[in-house]
Amino acid sequence: MTLNQQRKLKTIITGLFAWTVALVLFFPIFWMFITSFKTELQAISIPPTLVFEPTLDNFRVVQERSDYLHHAWNSVVTSFGSTIIALIIAVPAAYSMAFFPGKRTKDILLWMLSTKMLPAVGVLVPIYILCRDYGLLDSKTALVIIFTLMNLPIIVWMLFSYFKDLPKEILEAARMDGATPWDEVVKVVLPLSVGAISSTALLSIVLCWNEAFWSLNLTASDAAPLTAMIASYSSPEGLFWAKLSAASTLACAPIVIFGWFCQKQLVQGLTFGAVK
Amino acid sequence: MKRLTKNTLAYAVSLSAAMTATSAFSATEITVATVNNGHMIEMQKLTPEFEKANPDIKVKWVTLEEGVLRQNVTQDIANKSGLYDVMTIGMYEAPIWGERGWLQAVDTSGNYDAQDILPSIRGGLSYDGTMYAAPFYGESSMVMYRKDLVKAAGMEINDRDSWEHIRDVAAAVNDPSKGIYGICLRGKAGWGDNMAFMTAMANSFGARWFDENWKPQLETAEWNNAVTFYVDLLTKYGPPGSSSNSFNESLALFNEGKCGMWIDATIAASFVTDPKQSKVADQVGFAQSPISVTEKGANWLWAWALGIPAATKNADAAQKFVRWATSKEYIELVGSKNGWAAVPTGTRASTYANPKFQKAAVFAEAELKAIKSADPTDSTLKPSPYVGVQFAAIPEFQAIGTTAGQMVSGALAGSMTVEQALKSANTSADRQMRQAGYY
Repeated sequence: MTLNQQRKLKTIITGLFAWTVALVLFFPIFWMFITSFKTELQAISIPPTLVFEPTLDNFRVVQERSDYLHHAWNSVVTSFGSTIIALIIAVPAAYSMAFFPGKRTKDILLWMLSTKMLPAVGVLVPIYILCRDYGLLDSKTALVIIFTLMNLPIIVWMLFSYFKDLPKEILEAARMDGATPWDEVVKVVLPLSVGAISSTALLSIVLCWNEAFWSLNLTASDAAPLTAMIASYSSPEGLFWAKLSAASTLACAPIVIFGWFCQKQLVQGLTFGAVK
Repeated sequence: MKRLTKNTLAYAVSLSAAMTATSAFSATEITVATVNNGHMIEMQKLTPEFEKANPDIKVKWVTLEEGVLRQNVTQDIANKSGLYDVMTIGMYEAPIWGERGWLQAVDTSGNYDAQDILPSIRGGLSYDGTMYAAPFYGESSMVMYRKDLVKAAGMEINDRDSWEHIRDVAAAVNDPSKGIYGICLRGKAGWGDNMAFMTAMANSFGARWFDENWKPQLETAEWNNAVTFYVDLLTKYGPPGSSSNSFNESLALFNEGKCGMWIDATIAASFVTDPKQSKVADQVGFAQSPISVTEKGANWLWAWALGIPAATKNADAAQKFVRWATSKEYIELVGSKNGWAAVPTGTRASTYANPKFQKAAVFAEAELKAIKSADPTDSTLKPSPYVGVQFAAIPEFQAIGTTAGQMVSGALAGSMTVEQALKSANTSADRQMRQAGYY
């Protein structure tokens, strides 16, 4: 086998592997999508029905029973709201830690990340009681605060790892020209980091959009996002897979479309630490 | 200037008057938490009828998955959060929460006719003679079987057959090569899943959860006999993967024509006889649950009911709604709108006395018989200190039942022996009961 042939074979094998992994990861979403067009009986049939007459009945039922726009609006407000607030806090935090590291910067970063290791259910009762006492149960404010705190460590880490790779000489040059710290952040660091910030924001939005634990525990009707709407279609006594799939498809659609358009930034953001 | 002040004053007065008027006429909003069961969804659809009759009340719905509902309403009621004005609870919660003063008593005055509610259901939702939740629909358990398959095998099924006979029928009907399994039963771990079935079965073998001194009895011969029989029956004649099957999985299998028999909640009767859902709708027969040494507790008793938390700020509106949703008039409304086979059953004697219902629901007689025969206050052969057929109505039972369910499910999956499973379950139950201060 020539070297050229070996290279070709390697490319084919790598491609095949990548496609297999991608298809395995995509299969549940594909299955959810086609199940949403089946009847309840077809949805649970064993062996699975692959050829069937598609029906929109499940989507009609979901539209009738749930106020989709209300839930979608709650998801938009909580995801985007918490991401914006988290970025406002995280950018200066990451900037100071990246450009003016102290003795304990690494410890602080590790401590921040360690808060992600605590199971959420461990703090459910205190947070629930705090929300009750401040009248925040079933409010978007509570979810925005929780989502902000939940994603802040990851956002700070991502921005920190990007900022620390920025050439310090650029900032020194700006200082020589009389830039204040505010100018440094706004006029130098931020324009250089648009890609990193947008991909970090995207990741945060996706994480907030898919969050279910706090959404289910802290909301009832007014502030319930799309994840709570999906949960309402699971039934202890009765067939529900087709309707649940339709609700899930509707809930996933906006974020999947959003992610599709922003995939370049998302991939860049998820890999920038490794390639720089 | 004077004119401006006058105009401003007039504007302020009229604005405040308008605002007062608006608040005087604004509707009271109540939030109802429920599960996604067919009957509940129908109630949600018919709510405009209630709002039409009560224009001063607006109803908001929160539908949740059963586990999440239990967690959320428990959190809400224990912390007196007042998120929900009406909550869907079961026969397990109603007496416990009623005793603790977490629920308001149901207003049964006037034309509500509480005497029409089936006594066993009313008793199960009461504490000290006071009803703390109004039953929306009730259920027991019974045998649902394929008449065609049983007949072709030269067998028959009757009320209160012995478990040995049920095993013989399962063996005769079982034909895995054609995708037909002799019997489908719950195997998924959970106090309301496999242990609901297992407890009713064990009751018929003479078992009980606790003795008169609250000592767990899971290591007794009665429990051992029942669980051994169950594991053997399902291993030989049940579908593969039974240890992860619960109501919905068994329903799917039965409706697909893959089960010769299925013993589960009576509510399933309306699903398996519905041609839109079931491929075998016209071939289903019903019989009362099998027994071993006693009829006592051989079939379970459960009700989904509507309770009003003590912390609600809208008690009057909530009472009105609960009375409407659990009334005879509501059942009439569902019957007239959706047909009598679709009415919520298992709550009122008048439903079963209604000729229209009798005609529409082929399962009516079997269901009523099963519900009437279940007595939560006397469900074990040997005396026991607890109320409940397939559970013991004490706060500790959820954890005890779920641990036991995991062990029994493990024995069914073959990861441990029946003896090991029951020993572990008993040790865990003993620890919990000691910690709770029962002895």
